[in-house]
Amino acid sequence: MTARMDKRFAALKAEGRPALITYIMGGDPDFETSLGIMKALPDAGADLIELGMPFSDPMADGPAVQMAGQRALKDGQTLAKTLELASRFREGDTETPIVMMGYYNPIYVYGVERFLDDVIASGIDGLIVVDLPPEMDDELCIPALAKGVNFIRLATPTTDDKRLPAVLKNTSGFVYYVSMNGITGSALPDPSLIGGAVKRIKGHTALPVCVGFGVKTADHAKAIGAAADGVVVGSAIVSQIAGSLTKDGKAGPDTVAAVATLVRGLATGVRAARLVAAE
Amino acid sequence: MNETPKPNSFRSGPDEDGRFGIFGGRFVAETLMPLILVLQGEWEKAKNDPAFQKELADLGAHYIGRPSPLYFAERLTEHLGGAKIYFKREELNHTGSHKINNCIGQILLAKRMGKTRIIAETGAGQHGVASATVAARFGFPCVVYMGATDVQRQAPNVFRMKLLGAEVRPVTAGHGTLKDAMNEALRDWVTNVDDTYYLIGTAAGPHPYPEMVRDFQSVIGTEARAQLLEAEGRLPDVVIAAVGGGSNAIGIFHPFLDDDSVRIVGVEAGGRGLQGVEHCASITAGTPGVLHGNRTYLLQDGDGQILEGHSISAGLDYPGIGPEHSWLHSIGRAEYVPIMDDEALDAFQMLTRLEGIIPALEPSHALAEVIKRAPKMGKDEIILMNLSGRGDKDIFTVGKILGMEL
Repeated sequence: MTARMDKRFAALKAEGRPALITYIMGGDPDFETSLGIMKALPDAGADLIELGMPFSDPMADGPAVQMAGQRALKDGQTLAKTLELASRFREGDTETPIVMMGYYNPIYVYGVERFLDDVIASGIDGLIVVDLPPEMDDELCIPALAKGVNFIRLATPTTDDKRLPAVLKNTSGFVYYVSMNGITGSALPDPSLIGGAVKRIKGHTALPVCVGFGVKTADHAKAIGAAADGVVVGSAIVSQIAGSLTKDGKAGPDTVAAVATLVRGLATGVRAARLVAAE
Repeated sequence: MNETPKPNSFRSGPDEDGRFGIFGGRFVAETLMPLILVLQGEWEKAKNDPAFQKELADLGAHYIGRPSPLYFAERLTEHLGGAKIYFKREELNHTGSHKINNCIGQILLAKRMGKTRIIAETGAGQHGVASATVAARFGFPCVVYMGATDVQRQAPNVFRMKLLGAEVRPVTAGHGTLKDAMNEALRDWVTNVDDTYYLIGTAAGPHPYPEMVRDFQSVIGTEARAQLLEAEGRLPDVVIAAVGGGSNAIGIFHPFLDDDSVRIVGVEAGGRGLQGVEHCASITAGTPGVLHGNRTYLLQDGDGQILEGHSISAGLDYPGIGPEHSWLHSIGRAEYVPIMDDEALDAFQMLTRLEGIIPALEPSHALAEVIKRAPKMGKDEIILMNLSGRGDKDIFTVGKILGMEL
């Protein structure tokens, strides 16, 4: 499983540009539309896909992602269905890495061993679990690594140099740098600060460092991409979905197209990033 | 399952990772992890610092009004015709509940740590009022997150918090109760890590909160144990307390845990019955899971989504429980039983008429269990109950249910 992700980052490195990592909430606004969006992402320019696992109490997420999770749960999304989304996607795409992102409780209730087996069977390449810091590695991180599933860790501005080695120790795939102290979807911080932070992390690891939280436009993607190995966009995408829904909250005629349009714009930004860096 | 040997002491937990058996822990986002490690270090230093302990004791005596009395409920005992009933009168504390014990402790810690802003979550509003009170006393700005439903049903406490200078932020997510308020407080904390101290009101959340809150609340049981030995020359047969998150309960239970002869009973909110989802009996009807930084018993569906629950009492309206209670249940040292809304309401009225004490709806649940047990016990036996809060805040809720004009 680690192979697909490593291969993708190696190819991007050869291409000389950062990755565009797009987040969608599994099952938002419904299973079939979510699958349609997921299938459209690579063509629109997404290099990796983060697939959100809805949770009733997403404590690190802002209103946009909270509402996306609520829409999905209301439509009957479960962890089993999110795994199914990934395997349905894999039927037509064996190249684009998928990272599942969410909170621990649904996984814990599903059963860690059973979950990891199903993750592998569904063609998922990595996991990001927000509420499992390194202190809790025995829960899921170590079992995941033992089975060859990447465990991607978040590093934040509060993760100082003393703590960084502990955070990076069992991290694989890439490091997700959270660009600010806060919840998802907040305002983007100063890109120049982010460059320093990425450099600091790179001093401790050879893994790609991708940056998220607050990236909303092609210009943001370009500015952040100049300093990082990848740019994560989440809230902007789920907001785009929200904006395309009908009055009663169902998928609209343009929901998939609206997301594809946004992602194409972001992809342009990412592809221009290193030109900026080279100037 | 292998039989685990009985521990030498039930009072030595948690371990250094904050675990009580499989419960507890530190399930938080990376942004918060360095903060709770710092908090843990500061708490370790503070609790071993005589100056900190002295300031805590002084404020306890002169600001809170400690020790709170141990009261023999003579007429209630007579009426029930069984065991002697004693109340630990935490409702007589400044601000009207046990919550102030913890708030005074944590505000001293916040001051020590150089924090300049306090945030808190509240259900019934008792912890919100206690937080707003200590914030006023020590000159901190204070933001209290409160579910929108609770803002409605606990209007007097909302007004109190505002008078004390706190900002009350209603939370409309979910059912608008304590769980949603706690989510929002965590989102605030993750955003304002440098200056903000999160004053958690119950013995739950990531380590070190469950241990720290328990230690601040254990003054209840420590005093009660000494007071009862003084009054009766012996320990109680049963100790009973209501459990939402469980801070008043762990506070009175903990000093008795190694007294083998003392039965420990926690009372959960049975709401409208355990068959459906309209209750908050996390241990009786829930399963282990991870929420708000710790592993504990939770009300959840088969997909691990947290359920909303229901209780007549806003303070018990929480789908989880402090991790130490989950552990005490799992090893059989304490038992946990449900009490329904209507039983609590009956108990509320009985105490009001027989003893001239208007209890909060939270300890009314404990009282309902006392009313069930006392008649079946001998007259030489003793029940100790934590009367954790006064009922002034609940008169509008109760009045509405009883159809009385206010």
